[in-house]
Amino acid sequence: MCAATNPVAGRDGLAVLDAEEIRRALTRIAHEILERTHGGDEVILLGIPTRGVPLARRLAARIGEFEGLKVPCGSLDVTMHRDDLRLHPARALGRTDLPPGGVDGKTVVLVDDVLYSGRTVRAALDALNDLGRPQAVQLAVLVDRGHRELPIRADYVGKNLPTSQREVVHVLLAEVDAQDSVTISDDGSQP
Amino acid sequence: MKRHLISAADLSRADALLILDTAEELASLADRPIKKLPTLRGRTVVNLFYEDSTRTRISFEAAAKRLSADVINFSAKGSSVGKGESLKDTALTLEAMGADAVVIRHGASGAAHRLAGWVQGSVLNAGDGTHEHPTQALLDAFTIRRRLASGARGAGLDGLRVTIVGDVLHSRVARSNVLLLSTLGAEVTLAAPPTLLPHAVGSWPCAVSYDLDSELPKSDVVMMLRVQQERMTAAYFPSVREYSRRYGLDAARMARLPEHAIVMHPGPMNRGVEIAAEVADSVRSTIVEQVANGVTTRMAVLYLLLGGTEFPATEFPAVTR
Repeated sequence: MCAATNPVAGRDGLAVLDAEEIRRALTRIAHEILERTHGGDEVILLGIPTRGVPLARRLAARIGEFEGLKVPCGSLDVTMHRDDLRLHPARALGRTDLPPGGVDGKTVVLVDDVLYSGRTVRAALDALNDLGRPQAVQLAVLVDRGHRELPIRADYVGKNLPTSQREVVHVLLAEVDAQDSVTISDDGSQP
Repeated sequence: MKRHLISAADLSRADALLILDTAEELASLADRPIKKLPTLRGRTVVNLFYEDSTRTRISFEAAAKRLSADVINFSAKGSSVGKGESLKDTALTLEAMGADAVVIRHGASGAAHRLAGWVQGSVLNAGDGTHEHPTQALLDAFTIRRRLASGARGAGLDGLRVTIVGDVLHSRVARSNVLLLSTLGAEVTLAAPPTLLPHAVGSWPCAVSYDLDSELPKSDVVMMLRVQQERMTAAYFPSVREYSRRYGLDAARMARLPEHAIVMHPGPMNRGVEIAAEVADSVRSTIVEQVANGVTTRMAVLYLLLGGTEFPATEFPAVTR
């Protein structure tokens, strides 16, 4: 797409975060989690598939480095709880993997790559509800791109990224995509 | 995925693996405090059973309920079928009541296929005569994959040797299993007396043997079939005792299996005929596991058929009314 036809753009294919910046953002979030949860004793990290899961693992590893604390880490698939299931053909499920001990009484930090409409997080809250009763639930995201459709906000944000709804944010992570980067494009094309 | 599940032959390898992978993720639900997902809320699943069934009907019912669908159970006994209502009229009644899926078990081969032309919802074949029983094959494949192929996502059953033993002629389970397991890469052998093999067995994607004992040492899986006396209209073997001697799985035969091999049976069992009690209750037997896996697998099928977009009206088969 030609940039001139798009009033908001001129940044098609722009790299928003590079590998080094992603690393720094996660380091900061790890510190913030420790601070906000008073040392992270009862914290468990649950990544939302696909890319929330490696992010949760990286955060757990960081917290381990800083405090010598082993934070339980798992994944929470929200597919069956989505509100847009009937708008698409049935999709393959991701993995739900709870750390031993479950979520009861814990502070659960949900981890995802991009926060957009908030609908995925709503589905995650519903999914979590069926798994137990956490003491508190918090949300960590690498990118908050705005345009919320539900009253949901993140507790920990890697980068606030004002976007147009026409734009697409691509998060690539080494564990899944063989490289670390966040880019933005006008038409959904991969960088 | 197609809109109906009539035959295991309708499933490509990718479709079958998608069902097994979905089932694998759903299996953890059984360990959770709340064994329910909201996914099919507001959808109606009708269990239309013209033949007796314990596990298949209950299994479908449990699967639909765990996905929050509304379930209507229909059994031919005590219904208007007794007054002479035809399958088509019953189907149109269900249609008018807004069934999103019809699970049908019927004594006539091809009943599910016919039904699919009359109703707009999805049709799931839960056994039609001596034709097919695809969800049984799926749960068997799921059980085999979990036990012998690590259960990893995307893994097939490549290279595993499965021997299906006994009354193949009357068995819808055997036909569906031969088709599905070979799609997934397993090598299937049928071991049965010649009288209990269908005429067209040469065109099936499997090998045939009349000698069970020679097949046992090279089998990873032995699947015993029930001798379906209710469907037998002629003498297929001299006596039950002789059948049991030659094709029944007893402890001595089980000892000839490789160390890792498992013994399966779709149920209901005739203990002492095709399978000895000590074999059915041994650690190699997956019979109870198969029942638990049945719920999980059927949940996966219901989710994949009903969980997404409704199929557009143009995809309906030509309806002749």
